[in-house]
Formats: sequence, structure tokens, C-alpha cells
Amino acid sequence: MAVELDVFVGNTTIMDEEVYQLWLDGYTVNDAVKVRMEGGVLEEFEASADVLLSDTMDQYRTFQMCERLLHSPAKLANQLLFQIPPHRQAILIERYYAFDDAFVREVLGKKLSKGTKKDLDDISAKTSVTLKSCRRQFDNFKRVFKVVEELKGPLVENIRQHFLLSDKLARDYAAIVFFANNRFETGKRKLQYLTFQDFAFCAGQLINSWTIGAVDNMVEDMDVDLDKEFLQELKELKILITDKDLLDQHKSLVCTALRGKTKAFNEMEARANFKAFAFETFIEPCRSDRWTASDMRLYLTHYTNSAHILDTFKHQVVWDRYMGVIKSCIFKMYHD
Amino acid sequence: MPGKLKAKIVAGRHLPVMDRASDLTDAFVEVKFGNTTFKTDVCPKSLNPQWNSEWFKFEVDDEDLQDEPLQITVLDHDTYSANDAIGKVYIDIDPLLCSEAASVISGWFPIYDTIHGIRGEINVLVKVELFNDLNRFRQSSCGVKFFCTTSIPRCYRAAMVHGFVEELVVNEDPEYQWIDRIRTPRASNEARQRLISLMSGELQRKIGLKVLEMGGNAVVGYLQCFDLEGESGLVVRAIGTACTLDKLSSGSAPNTNTHVHPNTAPASNACNSPSKDGKESPLAHGCRSTHNSPVHSACSSQRLSQNFSVSVPTLIFTGMGSGGSAGKEAGPLKTLLRQQTQTALEQREFPFFTLTSFPPGFLVHVGGVVSARSVKLLDRIHNPDEPETRDAWWEEIRQEIKSHAKALGCHAVVGYSESTSICEEVCILSASGTAAILNPRYMREGCLDIGSTDHRFEEPSPPSCGFCHIPYDELNMPFPAQLTYCYHCRRQKVPDVLFTTIDMPPEAAVTGKGCLIQARLCRLKKKAQGEVNATAISNLLPFMEYELHTQLMNKLKLRSMNALFGLHIQISVGENMLLGLASATGVYLTALPAPGGIQIAGKTPGDLSNEHHILTIQKRINDTITKNKELYQINPPELTEEVVGSPIPEPRQRSRLFRSHSESSDELSELDLSHGKKDAFVLEIDDTDAVEDIHSLLTDAPPPTGFYSCNTEIMPGIYNWTTGVQMFTSVRVFRLSNANLTNQGLNKIFTDLCENLLKSFYFKLRSMIPCCLCHLNFTVAVPEEELIQVAVTAVAMTFDKDQTQEKPADKPVTKGCSETEEQLQFPLELCADSSSITTQTSSKISGVPESTNVSPRAASVDYGSFADRCSTWLELLRLKAHTIRRGSVKTSRRTQSLAHSVSSLERSSPLPEGRSRSLRSNRSFGGSSVPVVKMTPLSFLPGTRIIKYLGIINMFFIRETTSLREEGGVSGFLHSFIAEVFAMVRAHVAALGGNAVVSYSMKECVLMENPNKNQAQCLINVSGDAVICVIETDQESMPSTINVVQTCSSGADGAT
Repeated sequence: MAVELDVFVGNTTIMDEEVYQLWLDGYTVNDAVKVRMEGGVLEEFEASADVLLSDTMDQYRTFQMCERLLHSPAKLANQLLFQIPPHRQAILIERYYAFDDAFVREVLGKKLSKGTKKDLDDISAKTSVTLKSCRRQFDNFKRVFKVVEELKGPLVENIRQHFLLSDKLARDYAAIVFFANNRFETGKRKLQYLTFQDFAFCAGQLINSWTIGAVDNMVEDMDVDLDKEFLQELKELKILITDKDLLDQHKSLVCTALRGKTKAFNEMEARANFKAFAFETFIEPCRSDRWTASDMRLYLTHYTNSAHILDTFKHQVVWDRYMGVIKSCIFKMYHD
Repeated sequence: MPGKLKAKIVAGRHLPVMDRASDLTDAFVEVKFGNTTFKTDVCPKSLNPQWNSEWFKFEVDDEDLQDEPLQITVLDHDTYSANDAIGKVYIDIDPLLCSEAASVISGWFPIYDTIHGIRGEINVLVKVELFNDLNRFRQSSCGVKFFCTTSIPRCYRAAMVHGFVEELVVNEDPEYQWIDRIRTPRASNEARQRLISLMSGELQRKIGLKVLEMGGNAVVGYLQCFDLEGESGLVVRAIGTACTLDKLSSGSAPNTNTHVHPNTAPASNACNSPSKDGKESPLAHGCRSTHNSPVHSACSSQRLSQNFSVSVPTLIFTGMGSGGSAGKEAGPLKTLLRQQTQTALEQREFPFFTLTSFPPGFLVHVGGVVSARSVKLLDRIHNPDEPETRDAWWEEIRQEIKSHAKALGCHAVVGYSESTSICEEVCILSASGTAAILNPRYMREGCLDIGSTDHRFEEPSPPSCGFCHIPYDELNMPFPAQLTYCYHCRRQKVPDVLFTTIDMPPEAAVTGKGCLIQARLCRLKKKAQGEVNATAISNLLPFMEYELHTQLMNKLKLRSMNALFGLHIQISVGENMLLGLASATGVYLTALPAPGGIQIAGKTPGDLSNEHHILTIQKRINDTITKNKELYQINPPELTEEVVGSPIPEPRQRSRLFRSHSESSDELSELDLSHGKKDAFVLEIDDTDAVEDIHSLLTDAPPPTGFYSCNTEIMPGIYNWTTGVQMFTSVRVFRLSNANLTNQGLNKIFTDLCENLLKSFYFKLRSMIPCCLCHLNFTVAVPEEELIQVAVTAVAMTFDKDQTQEKPADKPVTKGCSETEEQLQFPLELCADSSSITTQTSSKISGVPESTNVSPRAASVDYGSFADRCSTWLELLRLKAHTIRRGSVKTSRRTQSLAHSVSSLERSSPLPEGRSRSLRSNRSFGGSSVPVVKMTPLSFLPGTRIIKYLGIINMFFIRETTSLREEGGVSGFLHSFIAEVFAMVRAHVAALGGNAVVSYSMKECVLMENPNKNQAQCLINVSGDAVICVIETDQESMPSTINVVQTCSSGADGAT
């Protein structure tokens, strides 16, 4: 004796958020039933394991049927097959596109290619996110990437409109797309302590200030690619380092401003060699020297302002565009 | 040329990719009606084509308009090979043929393919221009309204109820034609879908003609079924109740009811003994004045408790006419000599009514359930144009039902339904209903005309208990029953238990709450062929019927209840077994005596261990009864006797082991004389079977806290529904292991299957607590030898928990309105006035909520003001009538003004959920989000008011797959199919301008699978009424809202 067929279809599609999460997390039906049993739904509702299994199967089937629609969320709103109240739709989409920080941290900056997809089982093992869930998240990244690649207009806005995501999630996706496009390496050992949110913030800053989109807002890829002209102009900033005079002037100005305000002054002075701020050359030493966050803030502020006082330094605008981002990124990244 | 059909193809979206190379589709559309086909241009390389076609015009007979569906086929253009079909949409244009229904069909329809399911959507506009047809001998019946709803539709009033209409058409099943061997499954499925669509159209048209002949304008309680007889053909049959309905001006339903009321009041003969309610005005005898009713003097003390008459199935072989087939009448039923002049009914061939709830006063007395079954052998239908054989079969059964009703002293059958179960060449035909006495006024021509209203009729109308009073003569009872004086009015006799197939009359007083009661039974039978098989089945049937009935009775007693409503017994035949499932809603009717307990008796007294065993069981049973009483809040009004005083009922006899079957009743009536205490229902355990039975009796788990369930429209005892509604369909198929199964084993499996299904529902819907599963409709089938299939459609509705205990005193009438279908009721303000009085009068006796006498009594309370109001209303109505006449001159103008009235209504209704046509036509077809369409098997949606019926939805779909595994197995396959069916129903309703389907039901769900071949096929037939409903605001403020609505719409609503 066995149940050969068992379905339950509601006019309004019934979806249990807990089961949805289990499904998203890649649990098999049986594992999901186990989790639910431990969760105590049964005692709460005097149901038997059979009931739970039947319910879980039904919901899994529903989610699978919905998945196709979730791939292009706009369809979910005007499809006729499932009657789902709008707020539920929003939850479904938002949850479907949500990702694990641990997972994204592994993939961030990598090319979203088949090759990377093959490595997902390693990532799954490392992050203990199920392979199924890894695949979904990876496919989401790739899907979003592919869609916005061909679109004009602001990146975050595009993502939000096309995938009907919340502002926060759209920004995160923008960061992922940005990193994937520019292949910024984030996997280095020294960067391991940084979270996805740190990077997402930086990406946001870069998108806002350093991309073509920051200047012109009707170009393709405008928020994905860095503004090439700007990068050119940046080279001219090197004068601040290469020109001995300027360097000394700047250095002394900063030192004067800082004197007496911090006990870490000596070290700062030593540190003030004013190389371009690459991560290894600045944050890492500072971290090892245990600067406090406020010291860092103070230092950078003065460092930026002092440059304005230099009469011979001609590239004030570019400097601001450069330092604005650098400053906020470093603030963000400067933590334990 | 009586009609012009116009269709326009606007756009498509989400089309499937048909060209792998480009990932796109070159779509075009064929629009076909009858033999005419039009094509749109090809819209190249797009998955969201915009055709924006011209208007395709079909000039057709209205006969064709009724029969044919509009067929829209979406294809992919292919330069080199044949064009590939993407899918089809069939649109039933019937709703457009009735001026009061929809005037345009416009919206997105899912494009459906029988192999691939839904593949994108298409936006279509359809209109019909009808020319007046003066041909008297016409074949069409345009304009007759159809309703699935088994009560007078809200926003209409019944001017007259004409009675039973039936029709059937037969044809060869395309699936079994020779051509099917060479055509594709798709072609075969489509041929079948189309044929059935045509046949239902034809059937509806023919029924419509009958209605017109009778002088009616509508069919209520329209029930259409398919019999897939396989080789021998395809039968589509339908029954319904012909009525003359008057539309209440839209939106003002409760108010306009005022006019109607005076006519309903005369139904006051309820308290009279039926032998008296002749033609000399029964109205003179209000219930308070009938002290001298002859019944009081003649007290009989008959025994044995059932008012249930079962026919021994009649067996007829072959389909060669009705040779010598008259069904035996159940038992020693004596025909009663009755000097009644219920002419209106008696003249009728079949005084049957498919309605399950009625305008107040319509139903006078209820006798009991009558049913008849008959086993037939199917034979090829030789001449589809003359379906006499099938007609004769049904005729026979109906005659039998009629005679059963007569035996119960009743002249009519209400809550009537028919069904079949087919396995190979054997077919069981079943019919059942509730014998009743009706108020003949509703059947008489003209008596309900407003003009003839006599205010004399403003009488106290029947008491809430009227329908319980026995219709038969107690000296001459059709079956042994135990009578007592009514516990409510103390004047008339009532039986100790009442079984019915109807919904509980809204005025009935109940104690506590009701619950779903099911009896389940499996009986093995030997595999056999032809006559042997048919004989075997017909021999089994009476026993099954009897046993189901015993189970029901026991379960009823166990719950301490005394009446069943909505009783539905289904017997399903398979190759090696028969399944029986009886569902009903049990309640404790205050008017009926308290049920006795259940007494266990052993066969062999003296055996100590056995005694002990019996004692334990007895204890368990008693405990269960106590628990159930608590659970269902049944606290019978013990005080009644002191309060009312006067005629103290006869000391009741001990009830006996109940036997439904009259044949067995003779011998069995002697059985239990020596056992038990008074009022107890004695169960004897003499063998293991009995022990099993008792165990199964006790295994029914009560629903978890916060849940109730019933199979009637609403749960007796719950009055304050909130707006949460979830309709669902669930299907389960069990495969029995091959092991030697016994009847007991099977019973257990079947019972568990049903119980587990219920448990699943409770679990899934737990977020809706407190909630009630209403209209639980179980359908069982034996699709294959070792399979049992159970399909359930029901609706979960939330209610306000705080008020369930007692019906709020100041709201009784609003409740009354919502329960009694709103027609023929009092205006709300009137109710509000009188509510205080009402609460006083309505029984202190029990403190039990009474929806009942409220409204009728209210009338007598404030007579003067009521009459005043009446006259003003009359005034208004006359005004309306005038506009109607004007409005009907021109079609175009009518639609226009209608749209206007609807929109103005919406403006004034605070939450316009119903999209009106005017709104819709302005709306762009672009990516607007999908309108919400609610579905419910009930005739209403709680918290809303139906302002317009848009027409009947009757759809038939076939889905087939050759990649079962890939679609997720049978479950995945059926899951998506059911979801698709829902989607298509919703789309059609939305296109008609509606926002809900009421009286929805899934009539058929036939699943065939062959997992080895990776194939499955499923047929689903659904039906319902498309409606526009608007959210009702606070009930108290309703009258004023409506007044506003009325004033602002009355100027323009020529169409109403």
C-alpha cells in the first residue's frame, strides 16, 4: 500500500516561508522533513510525519514550478498560473535572490564562467553551503550579470527594475557585477578578513565616483567600467610622489597639521611617505601598527586637505574624486 | 441572421520559443467559429507579439452561438514545413448572449496545449450583436440564464419556481473512433475537448428551450455531468431547476427585498399537520394559533428511527429499452391516501428541485432522504440522435425517487442530484434527494406578483422548527420511526433523527456546532463480466447502503447530534471492489430530541472476560461522547420542558438498533428489546466484525483546535465569517499492495486515506486558524484494479473566534441575510429596528443562537412602518420597471448604461474590488498585473456582496504527457494540470469582467497513467458561476451605503 499520487492545489498558492527557505538552502525533501520535525511543527499541530512529508513534497513541487518564473521576476507579476498576492511575490523574489555572504565572498571578483561553476563543489565544501544552493546563487549572479550587461542606465536601478529586488539587494548585486566585470581580486590571503559588505561598500563608492556613469549617464556599461579618462588623469597625480618638492611640501603640511593631535604621530610621520594608496602598502602596515580608526580618519582628512594648499599641485578636481573614494573605502576596510 | 460575433486578437505574451535557431517565434493566430476561419498576420520574431488585428466578424445563427465555442489557435509560422501549433483557447460565448450577463469578453487567456499545458497568453476581445428573433419555432434559447448555484442567486428574487428540467445528449467518443488510431494524441484530445464543448452547448440550449416552454427565464442549480462510457459512447447530461427570476436592482439587494417579503410570509402553514395544509388558506394557522391541530391528540409511539428510503437496485441488462424493470419499492411502504391539493406539484412529472437552500417559507416540511440506484450494462449507443435508452434509465430512477417521496408523505424532492459510476461496461446510476413538502405558492402562476400581494399574509411566518415536523401521517407511518413533540414549538411531532441532502435552513435553531461526518466502506467483489458482474454488484449495493447508513448513525450518536444535512452518498465501482463514501454535516437541531447514547451489548452474557471487554469499550464510547459534546459545544437545553410546560412529550421509547433497509427492518426490529437502558442506541458485538466497526467508529480523530469542517455551505453554529478564503483541490491515489486483502483491511485503508487527507488539510491551512473547511466535497473512484482515488474540493474560511459562542444580538438579521441568500428578506434598517424585540422573542428557552424566526417575526412587530416602506419601495420599483422597458430597446445603449451603473456603484462602494467593465475597457492591455479572482464552492463570498452574475463557467480539459518522469511523475503532472485549470477558469472570469467564481465544483477528474510507458492522461471538468462582487463594509452601515448607491445608479441603470 502506498501513496501513488498526492497533490494539493490552492486557488491562492500556499507557500510556507520556512519550507521555502529549506528549499532555497538546497535541502532534500527528506532532510527538510527532518528539520521541520525538529523545529516542532508537529507538536504544535498534532500532525504526523506523513502529513509533514506530503506537505513538504507539495511545496517543493510548487517552488520548482515557480522557479522558472523567478528567473525573470517581472513575469511572476503577470503570469496566470499561480495566484500569489503581491507581497508574497516580493518575498519569493527577494528570498530567491538572497545569497550567503560566505558563498559570495568566495566567488567575488571571479569570472562568472563555466569554469567557476565547476569549482562550486569545492566552494560548497568550504562554505558548507549545499551545492544546490551554491548553484542557484551562482546562476543568479550570472543571470543578473548577463541581463544588465546589455542595458543602458544606472546599474543599481536596472537591477532593481529587472529583478524587482529591494534597494539593498540591488546594490549588493551591483557590487557583484562590478567586481565580476573588473575582476578585482578579493581572494588574497591578506584580504580574507574583509567581508562581502566591505567590498560591496567600496564597489558602491567606485560606481558612484569612478565609473563612466558618474560623468555620463546614458552609456552602455556605464556603471560597470571604470572611467578610462579618469584613470589617465590619475597618472598625473603621481606628480605628488614623483616630484620631490611637492612630496616634501605635502609631507610637512600634513605633519604640521597633525602634530600634537595624536600620540601615534611619530609613526604617522614615518608612514607619510605618500605612496599611492594600494591596499598592501597602506592598510596592512597600519593595521599591524594598530592605528585606531579615528587616527586613520584624522590622518586621511589632513592628507587630503593639505594637498589643496600646495600651490603647485594643479589637479585638485581629480584629487578630490580620487581621495573621496579612497578615504571612504579605507575607513570601511579599516577594521579587525 | 440573428447574430454577429466579433473577435479581435490584440497581443500575445510569454510565448514559448518555437524556433531553436533564433530563440524566437513567428506567431500568428487562427480564429475559428463554426466553419469559418480567419487568420491574423504573422508577427515575426517575437515572444510578445502585438497583432492588433482587425475585427473578425462571424455572421451566425443564434443556435450556433449557443452550441459552438470560439476557437482561437496560436501557431508558429514556418516557411518550409507545416506550421506548428502552439496552443488553443476555447471561449464559451454563452455569457454574451444574455443581456444581464457580460457584454464583452476581453482579457488575457492562457494558451493551452493538451500535451504541453499552458504556453503563454493571448489577449482577445469578443463581442456579440444579437438581433431580435421573432421566430416562434426557434431552436435557440438565448437569454435563459444558467446558474450552478443551488439556491436563488443573490441579487435576484424568485418570482416563480417552475421545477425540474433535464436533458441528455449522446455521441461517440472520439477517443474510441477508428480514426484515433492514426491521428496524434493532440488531435484526438482536441477533438474530444471540442466535441464536449459542443455537446454542453447543445445541452444547455435544449434545457433553455424547455425552460422557455415552462415560462421561466433561468435555470438554477444547473448540474451537468459527463459519462465517459468508453466504447459505448459519451453522454452529457444535465439537470436543473427552472425558475422565473427577477433581478433586484444591482447593489440594492437587501433593500429591494422588501417588496418581496410579503409574498414569502404566507408560507406559514409549517405548523399545520400536512394532512391539513390543503387549499383552504393554510395561512390562517400561524404557529401560535394551531393548538387544535389534530396531531396533538393522536400520539403514536412508533419505533425505529430512520427516515431513509433506499431502493433495491434494479437490474436491467443491455441497453434495449426498459424491459420489465420497475424498481421494487423499499420495504413495506404504504402509499398514503392524502387529500391534498398540491396541484401545482402533483401535476408535474417530476416534482424535483436541485436547490439545496430556499427562500424563507418555501420549504415547509422535510421527510427524509430518498435515493435510488440501478445497475446497468452499457451497450453501444447506436443512434446518437435518439438517446432513448439513457433517457429511459433515468426516467425509471426518477420514478422510483418520486414514489419514495410519496411514501414519505411528501409531494416533492429537494436537494436532488444524479450521478453515475462506470467501470468497463457496468454503470451504476444513482439519484438522491430529500423528500419534502413545499409551499405551493411558489409554483403557482402569478401568486408572487407584487400587485396581488395581500398584506393579510403579513402573518407570523413558520417557526424555525417547521421543517423538522413530520410530513407523513403518524398513524400511517412509512417506516417505523420514533416521534416526539417538537422541542421547540411543542406542537408538532418530530422524528428523533433527521437526514437530508439539503443545506440547513438558515432559520433552523441548532445547539452548539456541527461537524463533518463520514461513513466509509470498501467491499471486495469477484472479477466478472457482463451480467454476472452486474448481478454481483446489484446484490452488494443494498448491503453497502445499509452499512454506510449504520456507520453514519453511529457516528452521529457518538457526536451527540441528531440531524444530518448535505448527505451525499457515493458508491463507486471498480473491477474488484466497490467503494462507498457517505459525507454529511451533523448538527444538533434544537427542535429534535436529544440523541441517546450508544449501548454496547455482548452476545454471550456471563462470559466474564467478554463482559469486561464490553465494559471498557462502553467506557471509551461514553468518554468520546462526553468529549464530543464539549468539543462541539453541545449543551442541550435541558430546561425546555419546564419552560414551555404544556404538552409534555410522550415518554420516548428506547430506540433500537437502526436498520435503514426496510427488508431487513422486519426481522431486526426484534433484536434489542432486552438490552440496555432507555434512549440508548444499542450496538451488539457478537463477532470480530462488530468489534472492528466499533474501533473504526472511535478512530475518527476530531479536527484540531481552531478547525471545524462541514460539507454544507456553511457551518451551523458559526455566524461571523471574516473574509479569509482559500479554495483548494486535493487528489490522492493509493495503490493497494497485492496481498490478500480482506474487507476489513480495505476499510481501514480507505478510512485512513480519508482521515489523512483531512489531517493534511488541517495542517496546510493552519495559518488560517480559526477557520472552517466548508463544502468539503469528496469524490472517490477506482481508476484501476488496485488504485483508490480520492479527490476533494473545499474552501477554508476564516471566522472571528470571539463571537462564535453566541450570535451577536444586534446583528442577527444581517447574518440572516447573508445566509438566506439575501433574497426575499428584510431591509436591514428594519431588522435593526426590530432586533431588540427579536432577541426577546427568540427563544430564551435555550439561549441558543437563532437565525431563524428573526426576520419573519420582525415583520409582525412593526407592521405599519413596514407597509409604508413597502409602498415607497413599490414606487421605486415601478420607476425601475419603466427604465427597464426603455433600456431594452437598444442593445448598445443598454451596455453603455450598464457600464455606467456599475462604475457609479463602484465609486460609491468603499472598496471596489469588482472591476467593472467600464474600468476595464479603459485599461491598457500592457503589462498590468493580473486581477485577483477568488474561487469558492459556496454560493457567496463572506464579507462581499454579489452585484452581478456574468454567466456560467463550464470547462472541460484534457491533458496528456509522454514525459511523465520529466514532469515530476504523476503528482507533478496532476499538480500542474490542476493549477492550469484554475488559471484558465480565473482568466475566463476576469475576461468576463468578474472577480470571483462561486458555486465552483470539479465534477470530473479522471486520471489514467502508465508509468512504464512514461505516459499519463487526465480529464478535468469544472463549473461555477462567474460573478462581480464588492466588499461589504461594516454591516451596520450597509443600508445607508446602499441607499447612496441606489440613488446614484437608479437614474442610469436601465439594464438592471
